[in-house]
Amino acid sequence: MKAKATRPVFINLWRIKFPIPAIISILHRVSGVIIFLAMPILLYFLSQSLISQESFDHLASILIHPAVKIICWLIVAAVIYHTLAGIRHLFMDAGIGESLEAARTSAYLVIIISAVLILLAGVWLWY
Amino acid sequence: MVLKTSHSGFRDWLVQRFSALVIGAYFIFIAAYLITNQPLYFAQWHNLFGHLWVKIATLVTLIAIIWHAWIGLWTVMTDYIKMTGLRLVLQSLVIILLIGYVLLGIEILV
Repeated sequence: MKAKATRPVFINLWRIKFPIPAIISILHRVSGVIIFLAMPILLYFLSQSLISQESFDHLASILIHPAVKIICWLIVAAVIYHTLAGIRHLFMDAGIGESLEAARTSAYLVIIISAVLILLAGVWLWY
Repeated sequence: MVLKTSHSGFRDWLVQRFSALVIGAYFIFIAAYLITNQPLYFAQWHNLFGHLWVKIATLVTLIAIIWHAWIGLWTVMTDYIKMTGLRLVLQSLVIILLIGYVLLGIEILV
């Protein structure tokens, strides 16, 4: 433990540059936590949508509020990203794309495809 | 330091992937249903969740979600929260919440 204490420490977050696969990984964790925290909201929506015609209509009237739409979009974004990053994981488990270069390429692919899908989801939510 | 030595890494690994496939399949189904049934009416939506297989799929998915979430959150908390006491408190809170999610889901479905 003594040797550990004397090691140089550099934790200036503004100057550390994370490699893209590391960013993918931390976002996978962050989006997972967001989905966990969003579960009560999603379960509330599901229950209100199924109780009665009145509760369904009431929910529909809640869902058109811009603030609620933004929250929904955030949740949808987290789900889309988490799914794509997860699929990337499964490919790697299967031994596909394990080289450093392939891992970087697939990391960028996850970012680009999820950005497109999240934008499309936003368009779908608002129009 | 990992206190829970009975934790099976391989089982977690397998459960995490299998549950991911279950959740992914369910959400592709729900998303496809929502996209192809616009505008959505209460009658058809209520009817969809009246089918026994949809109820079972929803409950199975919910169980997959909480198991998946537990493995994920256990890993994240073990990585970042070094104070054992705090971590145990938070992990207990997570377990209570996750069990609550399933109970809520059952309440919605029956």
